[in-house]
Amino acid sequence: MLTLEQVGAGYGLSRVLNDVSLRVGPGELVTMLGRNGAGKTTLLRTIVGLHPVAAGKVTFAGNDVTGMMPHARARSGIGYVPQGRGIFPHLTVRENLRLGLAARFGRGEGRGAKLPDYIFDLFPVLARLSERKGGLLSGGEQQQLAIARALASKPTLLLLDEPTEGIQPSIVQDIQAALKRIRCELNVAMLLVEQYLDFAWSIADRFYVIQRGSIAAAGDTRECSADSVAHLMSV
Amino acid sequence: MGEYALLAGQLFNGVSVASILLLAALGLALSFGLMRVINMAHGEMLMVGGYLSFLTYRFAPARLGFVLALIVAFVGAAAFGALLELVLIRRLYGRPLDTLLATWGVSLALQQAARSIFGAIGVEVTAPKWLSGSFTVKSGAMAGFNLPYVRLFIIALAVAVLSGTWLLIQRTRLGLYVRAVHQDREMAQALGVNTGWVDLAVFALGTGVAGLAGSVLAFIAPVTPTVGQSYIVYAFLVVILGGLGNLLGTLLAAAVVGLFSAGAQIFTSVSFADVLLLMFVIAFIQFRPSGIFAARGRALEEA
Ligand SMILES: Nc1ncnc2c1ncn2[C@@H]1O[C@H](COP(=O)(O)OP(=O)(O)O)[C@@H](O)[C@H]1O
Ligand SMILES: [Mg+2]
Repeated sequence: MLTLEQVGAGYGLSRVLNDVSLRVGPGELVTMLGRNGAGKTTLLRTIVGLHPVAAGKVTFAGNDVTGMMPHARARSGIGYVPQGRGIFPHLTVRENLRLGLAARFGRGEGRGAKLPDYIFDLFPVLARLSERKGGLLSGGEQQQLAIARALASKPTLLLLDEPTEGIQPSIVQDIQAALKRIRCELNVAMLLVEQYLDFAWSIADRFYVIQRGSIAAAGDTRECSADSVAHLMSV
Repeated sequence: MGEYALLAGQLFNGVSVASILLLAALGLALSFGLMRVINMAHGEMLMVGGYLSFLTYRFAPARLGFVLALIVAFVGAAAFGALLELVLIRRLYGRPLDTLLATWGVSLALQQAARSIFGAIGVEVTAPKWLSGSFTVKSGAMAGFNLPYVRLFIIALAVAVLSGTWLLIQRTRLGLYVRAVHQDREMAQALGVNTGWVDLAVFALGTGVAGLAGSVLAFIAPVTPTVGQSYIVYAFLVVILGGLGNLLGTLLAAAVVGLFSAGAQIFTSVSFADVLLLMFVIAFIQFRPSGIFAARGRALEEA
């Protein structure tokens, strides 16, 4: 599904990612762990196409997408929930969701492209807020909107960058529950960047730990205990 | 002559000048708001529109020619803008100074080309018969107040174009994409919006509207190789005053600039009115020092 082969990327002259190789299979849930500044966000941005690849190769759904524009990658099935959520502040919730259809319009689905019902089923709060401006939502509401918007494009791979960061605990539980439902009910692969080790372990099939821009550990969440990687993440 | 006729006449003139400024400034405001591009050749799009209208009148029968000229001017200038965006502006993305210089070069080249093809002296376009009359108040305080149909038409056209642009931005899918790109270009891309295409469409639309302005301008003044230059300065003033990329601001600023210069002309000469206008704009920016660029944040979506 998604493969990275010896990917390198950086800002100007400083290298942030070195020799990163990883794989996410169809329908698989893979978590990416690592300290602040390890390069997780940069890695996801590289996969989405917002950050240039300096070395190596990115393959998605059998195609080499290394030099492909972000909009083309989105159209080919990559959904992205960025760190900070990326909600359009002056657009309403409904308009934000409609933008989730852009990839499908671009794919040529035409007027038939509609918001899937399960979005409001997963996040009932969005139906109530549909005319509210995105910038006026709480952090938790914005996060739910960002996930719903990514799902609206019917992605085959969903990239989530710290979806529970800076969100009040009660909503964190809602979001975690929703992610579990997405995992069970929708046939979508996920690459999840997480800080909550326990939650990551409870939902993921496999894990990678990234340290100073390189993969420091990888494995199966059922075979390794969470404790075995905890020391790689502590500050 | 009634006592208010002169004042009313200048007011009306001001509104019609404001309408042309609005058409000329709209594209500048949009393309700066979205792409942060300052197109120095934007004035020449008026010129292109003017000459295209002139040519259309020569080859098409008068009655049809009028509508045809508007369409040809719009489509021609839009195509020109699209070409400019594809060949030049897109390649200089993120390099504002280079863009400024390159488009300035295009502006000079277009003026020279017009000089070679049409001559340095302007060409005249006569408005169709039904547009060349005027409405005059016969008696009372407003006696002598004269409303030329051409200017009424220009005002109507500006209103139509502004409403159309507003509807396009608020009500269509392209408009939604434009607003999204304006607020967060990267996120829009990551959701599958082809931002290159959105830029192109907006840029071409803006130059097309400038072409329309050139087309109607031809009715009230000869089309010359430098016609763009004489309007572009005011258009820039409008854009600076109105806040870049802000439709409502552009509308208000066009009204202020148009009315100010027409009003000042009652009391002084044209050139002194320009000096006053410039002083006014400078004073305004003093009071809103963060004005020009900070205004970008609240642009398209609130208009
Ligand atoms: N825009 C930027 N310019 C320069 N360096 C950056 C930029 N963004 C991130 N970095 C650097 O890249 C490294 C990885 O950052 P990031 O990918 O955000 O890490 P993480 O998401 O794991 O916290 C950090 O050392 C950070 O300082
Ligand atoms: Mg991060």
